[in-house]
Amino acid sequence: MATLNVLILVCLGYVVLLFSVAFAADRVAARGGGKWLRSPLIYTLSLSIYCTAWTFYGAVGNAARSGLEFVTIYLGPTLVMVSWWWGLRKLVRIGRSQRVTSIADLISSRYGKSNTLAVCVTILAVLGGTPYIALQLQSITLSFSIFAEADPTGLYREGSSVFWVAAGLAVFAILFGTRNLDANERHHGVVTAIALESVVKLFALLAVGIFVVWGVAGGLGPMLDQIDASEIGQWHVDAGRWTTFIFLSAAAFVCLPRMFQVMVVENDDESHLRTAAWAFPLYLLLMSLFVVPIAVVGLDLLPEGSNPDLFVLTVPLSQGNDWLAMLSFIGGFSSATSMVIVTAMALSTMVSNHLVMPIWLNTQEGTASVSGDVRTIVLMARRVSIAVIMALGYFYYRLSGGGAALASIGLVAFAGISQILPALVGGLFWRGATRTGALVGLSVGFFLWIYTLLLPGMEGGIIPASVIEHGPFGWGWLRPQALFGIEGIDPMVHTVMWSLSLNTIAFCVASMLSFPSPLERLQGAQFVNVFDHSVSARGWTGSVAQSEDLMIMTQRILGTIPAQEFFQAEAERQNGRPGRLPEPTPQFLERLERELSGSVGAATAHAMIGQIVGGASVSVEDLLAVADESAQMLEYSSQLEAKSAELSRTARQLREANAKLTQVSMQKDAFLSQVSHELRTPMTSIRAFSEIMRDTEGLSAEEQTRYAAIIHDEALRLTRLLDDLLDLSVLESGQVSLNMGEATLSDVLNRAVSSALAGSDRKIGVRRVRASERIPLHTDLDRLGQVFINLISNAQKYCDAVEPVLTISAHDVGGQVVIDFIDNGDGIPPEAQSLVFEKFARVGPDKAGGAGLGLAICREIMQRLGGEVTYLPGQGGAAFRVSLPLAYRQAAQ
Amino acid sequence: MSSAGDGKDRPSPVRPSLFLERQSYRRRRLADAARLLPFLGAAMLALPLLWPDDSEGAEPLTLSAAMFYIFACWGALILISVVFGIAARRLAARENADPEAETWQR
Amino acid sequence: MSRKVLLIEDEPNITEAIRFLLTREGWQVETHAEGTDAVQVILSAQPDLVILDVMLPGKSGMDVLRDLREHDQMKALPVLMLTARGQSRDREMAEKAGVSRFMTKPFSNTEVLTAVRDLHAQASQS
Repeated sequence: MATLNVLILVCLGYVVLLFSVAFAADRVAARGGGKWLRSPLIYTLSLSIYCTAWTFYGAVGNAARSGLEFVTIYLGPTLVMVSWWWGLRKLVRIGRSQRVTSIADLISSRYGKSNTLAVCVTILAVLGGTPYIALQLQSITLSFSIFAEADPTGLYREGSSVFWVAAGLAVFAILFGTRNLDANERHHGVVTAIALESVVKLFALLAVGIFVVWGVAGGLGPMLDQIDASEIGQWHVDAGRWTTFIFLSAAAFVCLPRMFQVMVVENDDESHLRTAAWAFPLYLLLMSLFVVPIAVVGLDLLPEGSNPDLFVLTVPLSQGNDWLAMLSFIGGFSSATSMVIVTAMALSTMVSNHLVMPIWLNTQEGTASVSGDVRTIVLMARRVSIAVIMALGYFYYRLSGGGAALASIGLVAFAGISQILPALVGGLFWRGATRTGALVGLSVGFFLWIYTLLLPGMEGGIIPASVIEHGPFGWGWLRPQALFGIEGIDPMVHTVMWSLSLNTIAFCVASMLSFPSPLERLQGAQFVNVFDHSVSARGWTGSVAQSEDLMIMTQRILGTIPAQEFFQAEAERQNGRPGRLPEPTPQFLERLERELSGSVGAATAHAMIGQIVGGASVSVEDLLAVADESAQMLEYSSQLEAKSAELSRTARQLREANAKLTQVSMQKDAFLSQVSHELRTPMTSIRAFSEIMRDTEGLSAEEQTRYAAIIHDEALRLTRLLDDLLDLSVLESGQVSLNMGEATLSDVLNRAVSSALAGSDRKIGVRRVRASERIPLHTDLDRLGQVFINLISNAQKYCDAVEPVLTISAHDVGGQVVIDFIDNGDGIPPEAQSLVFEKFARVGPDKAGGAGLGLAICREIMQRLGGEVTYLPGQGGAAFRVSLPLAYRQAAQ
Repeated sequence: MSSAGDGKDRPSPVRPSLFLERQSYRRRRLADAARLLPFLGAAMLALPLLWPDDSEGAEPLTLSAAMFYIFACWGALILISVVFGIAARRLAARENADPEAETWQR
Repeated sequence: MSRKVLLIEDEPNITEAIRFLLTREGWQVETHAEGTDAVQVILSAQPDLVILDVMLPGKSGMDVLRDLREHDQMKALPVLMLTARGQSRDREMAEKAGVSRFMTKPFSNTEVLTAVRDLHAQASQS
């Protein structure tokens, strides 16, 4: 029989071995070597910290009590592992691309970097983790005590051994878990050590199993017979517990801080999951393969009342196989130590990052020289946290007094930590999940877990028996173990069902009712769509091809010239070749991001560069979501922009209006001056001759008649002028009403020619092409006639040919009636052609005393009739063209 | 994991397109299989709940038979995972070795 | 001695009225209706007084006056300017150009006669 001292020596030797393995692994990793350190095998083995001393010893005990139920604890993780493709892969990808340090960090990061959530998860994890650590301490001391019982010479004291175990584990965790502050939080030494421990515990359990089957039972066949003949030899499971435990273990496998640590934080390569997906279930299968045989043999061999939790040790001992027992002890020891070390590391990371550091930074605000101090502060915080967590475990163990009460604590911890599950899964797969939802869900689940499981399960009656019996205030439907009156189900099943379902409902409802902050939405998109965005986590690195895209984007944001200047300066800085695009070095990208953030805000700039360069990036929708953040700023600036645009528009309009007014005023002045001239000229004559006739005595009758005639003519001229002015003003104001009628062009021309030539002493010959004039018209015939008369009398007045002839011809040109009036005079000089239609424009001396408004009136009339009158240059004489739309004619037909 | 996602995570950031290369098609079907695996496992492991146990008076199943069944299921899941892992690795390796493959291989 | 007035006006009725008035006063009235060659006509006619319309075909009365004053022997020639445009700006321009008297149409016959007499008297004295 091995003595306790030997055992302790072996233990110490084993610990030294672990130390040296961890140390060596750290050294190798630090030197960048040791590919095997990052192999899928190591990763898979590190996952096996899932199998703690509780499962190492407790599985057999569980089997001895309730048959195959123990296997559920392994089946849950198996299901999780085989669904790695859409579950763990995403989790690991996110963990790597977001540089997540713990499960609390992940939850906080997903929900807009909320530290409140991180604190909640941390507290939950510590609450669930402390009893779990105590459980490990208990298992170690229990296994010690087994050997102590068998060694009468030993001076074994339980209390001190627990203390030393706890202290030793704390030292180990501190030494290897907080040696350095790696950005990626990877600890090769520890991982390698626990991988070794995994091998040891599997080997130990297999050895005991093989010994039991072939050494004790006498082979596989007898063993199976013995199983079926034993007291647990019949299939019997509680359906609720079976499914609940599979589910619960699956949930805990993902949510447990220590599992998250090895699975996500310590993960070196995503593809390791591919191997772990089958290798870890295989490991679990092997771990549980001999559990039932050991339990059956233990039940058979050992006296009634022996603790089935320790069959793994006691069966070999009872068979006198001390070395096997020793191996088994080392296996259990391995399970406990690896779990405790990783748990302590994970929890300390959470405690220091989410509890200690925020407080410290708060107290240091304003005085801290943050950059230098922080690293040591963080490390100190972690070391202290590990010590405190171990101390908590130790005191919990001492206070609870050990014993059987601890046995159920494993599942209780599972149920507690599983409350993270809705927030975690929702965060990974549902973009609508919000911080509020996560907080509410967690709180509900956490409260229900405490109320229905943790407190009722505690010894010493923190909840009075009356409350458990009749509910608080006598409300029966609030009884902790029979919520809403549903009783008679297993307490675990009851708690898991209520806490997780209400947690999930609260999470979903609160998420849907609340609105996430921009950062939350951004993070949500990055998490949920992590595969669309990231190939793998990396910093800003890129190829020159991306420089071009960056250039294009920068031009869009900064403007072409500043962007080109920036890129050129950068290229010059890099290699002295200003003509080429700069390499997208991280430094350059950082500078570019800063430059861009000046224009679009930091978050957007980061996201935009990320989109082009790759890495952790976001989609366009995410950019839109982020735009919320800067929307107000943008809106404000666009308002300013709009205002300034409006101002400049108004100014321009004012300038235009002013110019127009000036022009109008000048035109008006010119017009008035013209009108004044046109009025004063005949009035001068009238006044002069009337004075002559009044004042002069002895005017001859001839003279009197002649002067009276002049006065009469000039008065008529005045009248005509006033008529024309009125006509023009009516036409120009658009208030003229057209008097539409129908006639042929021929009729209109006939009337115009006869009225224009009537009363004129100097007749002009009019030549017409009558065949072309048979065009029916639907228009204001009088107005059109007025135009014709004006043109004919103009020709009559101004045609300077010896035998003046006016040719009038009509055509149908492009849907218009075109009537040309061409005389055989010298025509209008080119420089005056553009002026003839202006008011008071007269070419040459006005022999007939016209006011110069005739053509202006013609132009206005033709505009009203939908046509126009133009001067036709190059026709020999003066040539005017009147055109009318044909639409009227067609309508009339 | 209990509450399943909507399977949005595609095997790689391939833009959705109507026709897929043979290789992409394979990969998608492989991903489908990977998604189904946990449900298959859950179904197989839920089956024992239907077995008669001693409480119903029927002849209960022996523990060894139950063990055989459960470990067989377990082993099957592991085997399928192995096959899937190998296939996934092969696809990944092909992609890594020849990133252009998808664009010109028919 | 006969007094000669040169009337440059394009409106025939006004020309006739002024001719009638001044002839009765004993003036020898010559007329011209164009602005273009008005300066040449004045130079060759050597009148004692010029009555000049502003709105003339070819060249405005203002320009005619300005060009006329370029000639040394014409600096002192009395020029009575008539305009139908009643703007003060025209008066200023005319004064700058060296007008002797500026009148707005329509004018009374006595006004014209008084102006002609005054201008002639001034010119004779100096």
